[in-house]
Amino acid sequence: MSTLQITDLHASVVTDAGETPILKGVDLTVESGRTQAVMGPNGSGKSTLAYVIAGHPKYTVTQGSITLDGEDVLDMSVDERARAGLFLAMQYPIEVPGVSVSNFLRTSATSIRGEAPKLRTWIGEVKEAMAGLQMDGAFAERNVNEGFSGGEKKRHEILQMSLLKPKIAILDETDSGLDVDALRVVSEGVNRFQEDSGAGVLLITHYTRILRYITPDVVNVFAGGRIVETGGPELAEVLEADGYERFADLAKA
Amino acid sequence: MSTAQAPPSDLAPRVLSNDPDDHETPHGREEEWRFTPVAKLGDFFESGQRGSVTATESEFVTMTPAEADPSTVEKDAHWVASDLPSALARTNATSIVSISIPAEREVDDIVVVDLTGSEKLNYGRIEISAGAFAKATVVLRLDMTTDVSGIVVTDVADQADLTVLALYDGPRTSRHVWQWATTVGRDASFLGLAIALGGSIIRLQQNVRYAGPGGSAELLGAFLASDEQFQEFRIFVDHNEPHCVSNVVFKGALSGAQAHTVWIGDVRVRREAVGIETYELNRNLLLNDGPRADSVPNLELETGDVVSAGHASATGRFDDEQLFYLQSRGITEELARQLVVRGFFVEVLDKVTDADLRRDVIRRIEERIGMDAIEQQLTDVDA
Repeated sequence: MSTLQITDLHASVVTDAGETPILKGVDLTVESGRTQAVMGPNGSGKSTLAYVIAGHPKYTVTQGSITLDGEDVLDMSVDERARAGLFLAMQYPIEVPGVSVSNFLRTSATSIRGEAPKLRTWIGEVKEAMAGLQMDGAFAERNVNEGFSGGEKKRHEILQMSLLKPKIAILDETDSGLDVDALRVVSEGVNRFQEDSGAGVLLITHYTRILRYITPDVVNVFAGGRIVETGGPELAEVLEADGYERFADLAKA
Repeated sequence: MSTAQAPPSDLAPRVLSNDPDDHETPHGREEEWRFTPVAKLGDFFESGQRGSVTATESEFVTMTPAEADPSTVEKDAHWVASDLPSALARTNATSIVSISIPAEREVDDIVVVDLTGSEKLNYGRIEISAGAFAKATVVLRLDMTTDVSGIVVTDVADQADLTVLALYDGPRTSRHVWQWATTVGRDASFLGLAIALGGSIIRLQQNVRYAGPGGSAELLGAFLASDEQFQEFRIFVDHNEPHCVSNVVFKGALSGAQAHTVWIGDVRVRREAVGIETYELNRNLLLNDGPRADSVPNLELETGDVVSAGHASATGRFDDEQLFYLQSRGITEELARQLVVRGFFVEVLDKVTDADLRRDVIRRIEERIGMDAIEQQLTDVDA
């Protein structure tokens, strides 16, 4: 049983022009076996929330706390957070030229598990996970995210998640840019991962479409750098019908 | 811009002579020498009795006494010294390391040539010839502890296919000044790989010209400079024949405040060289603040009737987004940096088709960037 606890989180982005506050008091709890959806309009800061949890150096936390099972996440380096059990499926995965997927996966698994997986069982493990996401075996020989289509990048993120088995997974707009078939495959992958591992999922999305495949326990509306409304899955249906307009004023408050 | 008095090409050497007296002593202000620390190479510009570079004889490798008259390979390759160090090496080396692949001979095993020097500074005269339709891979291992001023004259005859890999991996005290000149025959292929890891000063002038149409030259380089290492690669491809191809890819990784690398990519496409394809690329990766990478591509087109002609050069800081991505998967910062550096060189190293040779080169690079720790981690459990 794991708990990611975000309390009164304020964060800014640091650019040459100075510091711009983006997160303005986020309170959120993600627990094992549960799925929290965070929905919001473009520019509301929901991707920033994902990056701040993962520890991207571009952002500075100015107030508040993040803990994983009581441990101070903000005190950890990016790789320490991953080894503690956090995983971020990125909206825009980064290309790493010259590093093959198979080498990358094995190096990651070695780092997370603390020892290199035995080669024989590892190959089977990767094959099974790839088959579950309808990925061709030749994929493993390509360089990380280099020349991947949008759908391939997202499948690759979910593949990593299922192999690295985090306690809490953050999915940042994993649905964006996916056609309906790819969305179904990726969603099934997320559901299977959660059933098998009992992990907690923080699902960040702009659209309600993915919620037809992944049922959230809680839906949070994110606007103006904080959560402005919380409800059950029915809140997603309201958003589907009405859009984000009525939250525009709340965002400015 | 050229003037009426200027030589026909800005890129071609001005003086061609094997007599050292015909060449000026470089002072560092000349275009060809402006990046080189000439003050640290004074003895390379003085005539004198030095040692000569030697190699162990084998099936394709012989040691022959040097003579003043042009050798067969020099004549076939149309080679004449073009600066003071090459003229001094040509004149003063007492013997020639001759690597000769007979016509129509396809050599499966790699021809490994370990070059050694006897004195503090040695003149090197290396000649490589691949006869018509021959096919071979030659590795020149320059692991020597001594200094070398040398020339490698290479003639690739019609439709031959020759790969030469030069590996500079000596101690951080040795100085290397080499001219490597290759003539590519009709429909012949030449792949030249320069791997520079060691040495305190490495200056490699690499010239390519063609002896007939349809020739292909690929010049690749991977270099790692750290601490106070200086490495300079000056490429000159003279497209003097029609329908030939040249492809130049040099990649360097630099670390430490004093490291300095120079890459000059000169390509001349003469009026008669119609239908050619040329591309050159230099990428430098700065691993931290401080190192200096100079990169100057020059393309001189005397005809517009080419298939393609292009160049690219970029020197960039380490990409923090790549680092973040790898670290977010639990990989430590140190390991992530090493993975990115190794990945950076893959484009060049993949051209080393022999698996054992590629493994050896990768191992040497990894040693230089401290990669052995990871491999150990991954292989321990399998054992």
